[in-house]
Amino acid sequence: MELGPEIEASLRTIDISNTLQEAKKPEEIILREVSRCGYSEDATFAIKLALEEAMTNAVKHGNGNDRTKRITVRYSISPEQAVILVRDQGEGFDPDGVPDPTEPSRLSLPSGRGIMLMRAYMTHIAFRAGGSEVCLIKRNE
Amino acid sequence: MSEGQAHLTVSTKDEVTIVEFSDRKILEELSIRTIEEQLFDLVGAQTGIKLLLNFHNVEHLSSAALGMLINLDKQVARQSGQLMLSDINPQIFEVFKITQLHRMFKIHDTAATAMKHF
Repeated sequence: MELGPEIEASLRTIDISNTLQEAKKPEEIILREVSRCGYSEDATFAIKLALEEAMTNAVKHGNGNDRTKRITVRYSISPEQAVILVRDQGEGFDPDGVPDPTEPSRLSLPSGRGIMLMRAYMTHIAFRAGGSEVCLIKRNE
Repeated sequence: MSEGQAHLTVSTKDEVTIVEFSDRKILEELSIRTIEEQLFDLVGAQTGIKLLLNFHNVEHLSSAALGMLINLDKQVARQSGQLMLSDINPQIFEVFKITQLHRMFKIHDTAATAMKHF
C-alpha cells in the first residue's frame, strides 16, 4: 500500500522500547490527536482497539517480548483520516497464514483474534516489510 | 480493598458471586494478567461457583481480554460452575459478535436478568 508523498511527509515518529507499558505512550499521543481532530466515538473506539492490538502484536509476536528490541510508530492524524504505522524489529510473518479464529475448531482458543479485529475496525489495513510493519488507516466517518 | 484487588469489586447476592470492573479501561492488555489471576482465585476457591461478570463500567477491551474470558469459562466449567456476562455496552458487544464469541458466552442485558438464569 502506497501512502502518497503528502501523507509520508506528514508522518510523525515515536520510537519506544519493547514493553507493553511503553506501548501506552504512542497510544496516548495518537488518541489525543484523534480527540483533537473531532473523531466520532465509534471511530475513536476503533482506533484505540486496533492500535492496541497492533502494539501488542509488535511487542509479543514481532519482537518476541525481547526488551532489547524497539518499536517504531509513525502516524498522521487529520480530521479526515488517521494513518498509523507500527513497525517491530522481528522477522516478519505471513498475515494470510493466520488461521480464522471464528472457525468452530478455533473458537475456544484464547488467542489469534488481534489481526481479525484490526481488519474489522479499520478502513484499510496493510502489512509491509514482510509483515514486520502494519499500516492502519481509519477514515473519520 | 487491597492494592492487589483494586481492579475488581466482588460481592455476593443470592449465592451468585458478582464481579464488577473498577476501571473503564480495565480490560486492556496491561491489566489482563492481574485480573485473570484474581478471577481464577475466585473460581478456585469455590466449587460450583455461580459467577456473574458485570461489564457496566467497561468501555474498552482487547483481544487478550477475550482470551482471558475464554480461559475463565473453561476453568468455571472444570469447577462445575456457571459463568454469565451482563451489561455489555453495544460497542463492546460488537467485538463479541465480530469474533463470534457472543455464541460462546451466556450474555444478558442486565445483571438482574442474568441472576434469574443461574
